[in-house]
This record gives sequence, C-alpha cells and structure tokens, in this order.
Amino acid sequence: MLDLLLRRLLVGIPTLLVIITVAFFMIRLAPGGPFDKERAVTPEVERNLLKAYDLDQPLLTQYGRYLTGVLQGDFGPSYKYHDFTVGELLRAGFPASVKLGSLALLLAIVIGVSLGAMGALYQNTGRDYAVMTLAMTGITIPTFVMAPLLTLIFGIYLAWLPVAGWGEGGWRHLLLPVVALALPQIAYIARLTRGSMIEVLNANYIRTARAKGLAERIVIGRHALKGALLPVVSYLGPTTANLVTGSVVIETIFGIPGIGRYFVQSALNRDYTMVMGTVVVYAVLILLLNLLVDLLYNLLDPKVQQR
Amino acid sequence: MSLALPDGSEQLLAIEGRSLWQDAWRRLLRNKAAIVAMILLAIIAAMAVLAPWLSPHPYDEIYWERIQAPPDFANQHWFGTDGNGRDLFVRTLYGARVSLMVGILATGVSLLIGVLYGATAGFLGGRIDSLMMRFVDFMYSMPFMFFVILLMVVFGRNIFLIFVALGAVEWLTMARIVRGQTLSVKRRDFIEAAHAAGVRKRKIITRHIIPNVLGPVIVYMTLTIPQVILTESFLSFLGLGVQEPLTSWGVLIAEGAQQMESAPWMLIFPASFLAVTLFCFNFLGDGLRDALDPKDR
Repeated sequence: MLDLLLRRLLVGIPTLLVIITVAFFMIRLAPGGPFDKERAVTPEVERNLLKAYDLDQPLLTQYGRYLTGVLQGDFGPSYKYHDFTVGELLRAGFPASVKLGSLALLLAIVIGVSLGAMGALYQNTGRDYAVMTLAMTGITIPTFVMAPLLTLIFGIYLAWLPVAGWGEGGWRHLLLPVVALALPQIAYIARLTRGSMIEVLNANYIRTARAKGLAERIVIGRHALKGALLPVVSYLGPTTANLVTGSVVIETIFGIPGIGRYFVQSALNRDYTMVMGTVVVYAVLILLLNLLVDLLYNLLDPKVQQR
Repeated sequence: MSLALPDGSEQLLAIEGRSLWQDAWRRLLRNKAAIVAMILLAIIAAMAVLAPWLSPHPYDEIYWERIQAPPDFANQHWFGTDGNGRDLFVRTLYGARVSLMVGILATGVSLLIGVLYGATAGFLGGRIDSLMMRFVDFMYSMPFMFFVILLMVVFGRNIFLIFVALGAVEWLTMARIVRGQTLSVKRRDFIEAAHAAGVRKRKIITRHIIPNVLGPVIVYMTLTIPQVILTESFLSFLGLGVQEPLTSWGVLIAEGAQQMESAPWMLIFPASFLAVTLFCFNFLGDGLRDALDPKDR
C-alpha cells in the first residue's frame, strides 16, 4: 500500500513537470502578448512594462524562473488583474470551485449508484427503463445545454431558484449549478453500476449467499454492491477530470466566482501567469484525485491485494 | 467484407468471413432502436449534405428586416432567424456539416493512430508492449481538455486543428482496446500458421491482426463520434470553435442560450439536432456491440 503510494507519487512529479512545461511553452509561443489589447504605448513604456514582468528575458530563463517560483508557491503576478498575484486570485476562487466540484461528485456517486442498483434489481421493468432513459438523456445532453435549460425552467418560468450568482454559496444558489454539473456523471455512473450489478447478481457467490438464507437486504447491501462498485471506483478518475472540465462551463454560465471561469478568459487575454496558475492547480487536483482513486481501488479489490 | 488471408486459402476463408459479418448485420437489423438510429442519422447526414438546396436562403445572408424572427412559413424561415437575421434552418444544417465532419474526421485520426499503436504493442508484446502502454497510461493522466483549449486559444480557431487535436486525444482508449483484442487474437492458430508460413511481422499485423480486431473497434468508433461532436460543441460553446460566418451546433447553442428568454427557438432547434444525433450514435453503438459481441455468438 505504502509502496504503491510512493511509486505513484514518484510518477506524479514528472507528469506534473511535463504538464507545466507543455502548457508554458504552448502559451508562450502563441502569437500576441498580454499587453497587446491595451491602448498603444510608446516603445519605451512597453520596454519598461516587459522588463517589469521579466518578459524581456530569454524564454528559457523565464521558464527556469517560473519553475523556481512555483516550487516556492509563487505563481507570479497576474498581467490582466493588476494589483493581484495569481496566488491571491486562485486562493480567492478555490473555495467556490471546490464546493461546487465536491458536491457534484457526491451527488453523482450517491444518485448514480442508487439509480444503477435500482435498474439492475428491477431489470427489464418500468423502473429499469426509466433509469436507462434518464441515463441516456444525461449522457447525450451536454452540460452546456442542460444548464441553460434548467435555468430557463427553474429560474425563469417557475422562478423557484436564482438564475445565476453565488450568494455566499447558499443552497439555493448551489442547487442548479451542482445538478447541471453532476447530471452527465450521474448518467455514466448509473449505467456502469447497472451493468456490473447485473453481472454480479448472476455470480455464484450471490446464489450461495441467498441459498444460506441471508436477508435480501444483506445480500444486496453487503455482497452484491461491494462487487458491483469496483468498475465505478475505477471510473471515478475520469469522473473527477470531467467534473473539473465541466466546471469551467458551469462557472461561466452561472457566474460562480471560482477558478474555472478564469481559465478560458485568461488564455484569450494572454495572461500567461494566470493560465499557468489554473493549469497547475487543476493538474495537481486531477493527479491527487486519481491517486486517491487508485488507493481506494486497491483497498476494495482483493485481486490486486494478493500481489 | 472479406478478411485478409494467407495466400492460397483466400477463397475458402473469405466465405466464412462474410458469413460472420452477415451474421452481425442480421442481428443488428433485428434491433429496432439501432435501425431507427441509423435511419435518423442518414436523414440528418443527407440534410447536411443537401443543405443549400433545401432552403431558399444562403447560410450567411442577413435579412435586416427579420432579425431574431420566430419560425415563419411565409418567408420560409422554418426555424426562425438568429440574432443577425440569418435563417436558422440553413445555419443548423451547416452546423450539422461541421459537427458531423469534425466527428468523423477526428474519429478517423484517432482510429488510425489507435489501431496502429495498439496492434503494434499487442503484437510485439513483452517489454516494448509494456513500454508503449506505460506511455498511454502517462498520457491518460494528462488533463487533455485543458491542452486542447489552450491549443485552440493559442493557434486560433482552425477547423483542421480541431479534429487533429480531438483525434490525438481520443486515440488512447482505442489503442487500449485494440491491444487487448490483439493479445487475444495473436494466440490463435491461424496467426501461428502465418508465422510458420514465413509471413513477415508487418504483414501479419496489417493483414491478419487488424481485420480480426475490427469488431470492437467499430463499436468504439461509433461511440467516439458522438464524444468528439460533443467536445467540438463544447469548444465552440466556449467561443473556441469554428469561425463566423461558418457555424456549428455548439456555436448556435451558445448563441441560443444567451437569447433563450426572448427567442427560445434559437436554443431549441440546434440543441435538439445535437441531442438527436448523439442519441442515435449511442443507440447505434449499443446495437453494434450487441450484434458483434462474441459472447453471444
């Protein structure tokens, strides 16, 4: 277990380095710079500006400085949001993003697994078809269609919930974005759970459990569900990655003050440090969550443990 | 469909190969959802191809007197017009062209890379295989969507770039599937026979392994196309997709979402086209999986 943890951490470091390097050179080699769109400045002022942000140095020197900075937790100043460092902006946005993401993940797992299990237990009945239809809908209707639709129905026509905004993160403001973000993942998880649950329910050990007279509740809850959850756990890695990507859209649509909405905007503004900051935070987040999922998988899967 | 075969036995085995695919085809035809999906997809594709002849309006013509007009049959604006006074029906069909083209081409790119890579890894096996797969694992752990977004921002909106980038992301799973399939195929007797007959390795891969792993590949391909269409719409929605006056479903949906209170048709029509297409590909993929699943044979 500890061995695995260390090994994965060791792989994670070069991965992170590659991500940072690729992102750094990609955005730097792009045409245009952070000060292009502002009013025309004299060459002298521009030189001073570039100098102030170290942009007049050779690219490799800048890269070296950036890496050293990141290692010390310094993401540099934002080129667009003057007077703020990237670190400050990210810290300010982080709680909202984490709250949105973790609630969506929780919702996706709880609802997805229960729906999938229900579909499997009542296979080929009305309930099963309802679950499968819902899952298909969730998979095919993209987040960026679902979010405006939900807003249209619950925010405008019914006027039950606020259309957008964060409002200190109260549940009324949270409900629509969290549901919109979680829906596709609920759908995938429900489909996965249903499939593996059906397989498990036909397994011999379930027949044994029933044959020895265990209550159905225990057969399902303790034996079947545990086996059926393995594929779900291994899917949690991609789930978190999808949630992170989806949050970029959701935060933009609902005007949530998180990190996601900075990403696209900063890239368009050539706000180099801000883009890099978001990439680093997201990359670390995804890598850590994947590590967590792997550890969980190890704990649950007896086949892996024997090795 | 004739399978590639060692010389001499061409005819005998070709007959067997055909019957295998015919079998799958017959099983697919029994699946009503898959049939409906195929028909709908054919209709949408035909509409996309025939777009200029289906409506009297060009896709970039601006009608100043009819800006954001609701569906209206007198002027043959069946889906209404958009915020710039352009006919939405034609624009939705042109969006279909872009979305379908990106879906198919990007899937083609992923197919090419994934199949070659996976088949090579699976066939060579041993250390090379584990090295190649380690690389795939490594690529998997990359937050790819971010790179794709960066790529689009950095190099501007370029439709070629879109499908190259998306294809480059999607090949990973394809490579894994093909490798697994290859590993199981390569132990079969007919491969051994080819080895014994002195067929070169490269020829064995292209003529014997690849045709035999085709089933799962086709299934996964059908499921990749909607994935790619979805991703392209996502990029377009963020404002990083195709450029005006050309359009795609993602662009139309983004515009519609902004106007959904005053002009709901601008959201509803493109969104339902996108949803129906994605539904159809998914049903078709499921149907193909059932039809080609070796477990049921």
